[in-house]
Amino acid sequence: MSLGFIMLVHTAFDRAEQVARYWASNGCPVVIHVDGKVRPARFRAFRDQFRDDPMIRFSRRTRVEWGKWSLVRATQFAAERLLADFPDVRHVFLASGSCLPLRPVSELRDYLDAHPETDFIESVTTEQVTWTVDGLEAERFTLRFPFSWRKQRKLFDAYVRFQRRFGLRRRIPEGVSPHLGSQWWCLTRRTLSSILSAPDRASMDAYFAKVWIPDESYFQSLARRYSTQIESRSLTLSKFDVQGKPHVFYDDHQPLLERSDCFVARKIWPRADRLYEVFLDDTRLANRGAEPNPGKIDRVFSKANERRGQGRPGLYSQARFPSPGLENGLTCARYNIFSGFDFLFDGFEPWLARRIGGRIHGHLYAPERAEFAGGETLMNGCLSDSAALRDYRPTQFLTNLLWSTRGERQSFFIGPHDAQDVVPFVTSDPNATIAAVTGAWAVPLLTSNLGFDAIKAEAARLQRVELAFLKELKSPGLAARVHVWPLADFVAQPTEKLQNVLSEITGPSPRRLTDLPPMRDLTGFRDFLLRLRDGGVKPQVMGDLALFPTKTDGGAKHGSV
Amino acid sequence: MARAPDLWQAYKLRWKRRRLLARSFAKRGQLSARQDRTDRIGPGDILAFATVRNEMSRLPWFLRHHRALGVAHFLVVDNDSDDGTVDYLVEQPDVSVWTTPHGYKASRFGVDWLTVLLARHGHGHWCLTLDADELFVYAHHDRRPLRALTDWLDLTGRESMGALMLDMYPRGPLGQARVDPQDDPIATLSHFDAGNYVMIRQPVLQNLWVQGGPRARAFFADDPRRAPTLSKVPLIRWNRRYAYVSSTHSALPRHLNHVYDQSGGEAPTGVLLHTKFLPNILTKSTEEKERRQHFENSTLYEGYYDALISDPVLWCEASTRYAGWQQLEGLGLLSRGGWE
Repeated sequence: MSLGFIMLVHTAFDRAEQVARYWASNGCPVVIHVDGKVRPARFRAFRDQFRDDPMIRFSRRTRVEWGKWSLVRATQFAAERLLADFPDVRHVFLASGSCLPLRPVSELRDYLDAHPETDFIESVTTEQVTWTVDGLEAERFTLRFPFSWRKQRKLFDAYVRFQRRFGLRRRIPEGVSPHLGSQWWCLTRRTLSSILSAPDRASMDAYFAKVWIPDESYFQSLARRYSTQIESRSLTLSKFDVQGKPHVFYDDHQPLLERSDCFVARKIWPRADRLYEVFLDDTRLANRGAEPNPGKIDRVFSKANERRGQGRPGLYSQARFPSPGLENGLTCARYNIFSGFDFLFDGFEPWLARRIGGRIHGHLYAPERAEFAGGETLMNGCLSDSAALRDYRPTQFLTNLLWSTRGERQSFFIGPHDAQDVVPFVTSDPNATIAAVTGAWAVPLLTSNLGFDAIKAEAARLQRVELAFLKELKSPGLAARVHVWPLADFVAQPTEKLQNVLSEITGPSPRRLTDLPPMRDLTGFRDFLLRLRDGGVKPQVMGDLALFPTKTDGGAKHGSV
Repeated sequence: MARAPDLWQAYKLRWKRRRLLARSFAKRGQLSARQDRTDRIGPGDILAFATVRNEMSRLPWFLRHHRALGVAHFLVVDNDSDDGTVDYLVEQPDVSVWTTPHGYKASRFGVDWLTVLLARHGHGHWCLTLDADELFVYAHHDRRPLRALTDWLDLTGRESMGALMLDMYPRGPLGQARVDPQDDPIATLSHFDAGNYVMIRQPVLQNLWVQGGPRARAFFADDPRRAPTLSKVPLIRWNRRYAYVSSTHSALPRHLNHVYDQSGGEAPTGVLLHTKFLPNILTKSTEEKERRQHFENSTLYEGYYDALISDPVLWCEASTRYAGWQQLEGLGLLSRGGWE
């Protein structure tokens, strides 16, 4: 009879009964505290079920509010009863009505026999605690908390701020070293009775009654005062979500629970019939002597918490629609946007595809349709090439495309002919690499068959759009990696400039860029631009016109606009 | 602190909700109980509510699917069926049936009728309000009953859960598929659009307005704004003061619509597998086009009906074949939202 249990019960009485009887039938006394909020009739019915079992007893009741002092009070009542009624008990294990033993009691008892002096209680100094939801660690012990965190959050926060502002602090009593930890522990009789029969218990209780969430600090701090040997971990497997609510275990967690080799888990869904059936059956094969190893379960649940808390970057869905600024990544993957190159080079797309791989789309925001790679009309995820659908939610068109093609590098072209709604979005996205040769749109106009007036009007329109585009590239919220060259500068040293962009996209490559796709003939381009200028459309985005060849000489000559 | 315009908005919506409730109760006379088994509803039971019309091709599987999830009782309003729907429902031990011959559109597409039943029988229960062509799935639904989900929603302080309506379609022309009402329609309506959904937050009701899917791309590519709404809030721990506003897309009070996460995380979200495109969609569309009972401005949707009647193929190379909730979660259409 070296091991006894305290059980705090407030609901799911049938499951609590099942587990209490299991422990009692294995020779472990159980003292049950039933929440004072439970109706007397319900309580009596529950208690009377155990009339025939001297190993199961009931403690004085108090109305328990989770996270409040009353929870410690209830634990004290039950612990006092257990220590008084069962003098042979050496270790006391605190459990709740939704706890379930995962290994036979005999194994737990053997384990404790091997550690007769050890207190198993997670007890971490306030500096090292990382799990608190409210961000209060050391201040739990030094501030006052008259308001409910759940129901009066604003008052709670305001009063905390007030106390910080004016330096109001409670004094931590002599001999208390603030520690926090899981409320589920297993203490030796010596430590527990030292805490409960301490001469200054009344003042300790009075102090902790006003500490924030005392069930995570009362025994955790006081054990440090009396224990000779603490293992700072809980024997109860218990996981918490991002709100600080316990994760619940269901039938399908059985393999996971088995592999954890933990002794007790909480909390179990009361209707998880299979878990109760399997784990309360001592005839099953068990992993004798294994050390508890909650690591595997930790990984699974921290992944779930991450999904809940941070979500998947770049996903916009019925589950996740972050407000501006809270996206945690606007898009899910890196992507590249090229502007101007296709006007300047013949066959730039296939050349680029050979160089950087992935999917090279045409002008995704072209006025007629989204030019998907390979001329597809429906991309991954059934994303349509319809311009109307795209322009209805232009940024979500892009986020959808990137989400549905995860794992494959996406690149596309944009130019002043295209819809520009997506530009502010991509310039503020660190995943975007934007390479632009400005003024390149004028190259096709050079050989256009349109009348000069029409060309002028078109040039004026495209230049206006490109100037707005450039303005976005200089906006204070810029986060994209941007490479912009005026056409004249780019044409002077195209290989080197492209090399820089491509190695940024694919990572540094030892191979020098040697073969560029053929550049369109720029003969007469300078004269063309001068004509535009003289016609009233001043070329503002092409750079120094003197760098362009004239009609006659084919080489660069200096001159100025 | 809430700003003054917001308080004013909240005040107006409170009256809107009261008007909706009053309007629904004024119509309670339109319902006549055909088979009332609501005395069998136990405390804590999960209930399903639906308005149906000629749904014999879907009801057997609809009931089977949601029974398997743990719906304890179905409360169904039949709107003038003539295909044996009522007789079939009356035979079911866990179904209560009301009938009404009145207009579907005038009843806000059945919502007025369901509001009365929800207030009378749904108060305090978790209620799933569905159409007969919707199959509710959520994370772990193949292993954990709805009760596990609703207990967890209670534990984490949620009163409602959202779902994306996912239009399911067959491989070939809609009219050529063959489906036995006793069998899982998803075996035939096996494909869906995985990644073309767009959304905005509606400022007044604060719900998310999701559109997209095969209907948007095939029938509304020229006018995407008219594409059907796919966001729903089908699962609510009901209170008799609550009211759905338009179908189950949004509800009042507004906090029920906060089923999506706005701070970057993922909220628990289900999917309604939409079995609208069974082969009888052709005849149903012909009938719906004539009855003009399914849209506020039915004339605008004649083209949509004509397209459906012409037996289209919604399937394309980029379609995804349904393989379960894990797949939907991987695609980002469903989320466990921390429910591990």
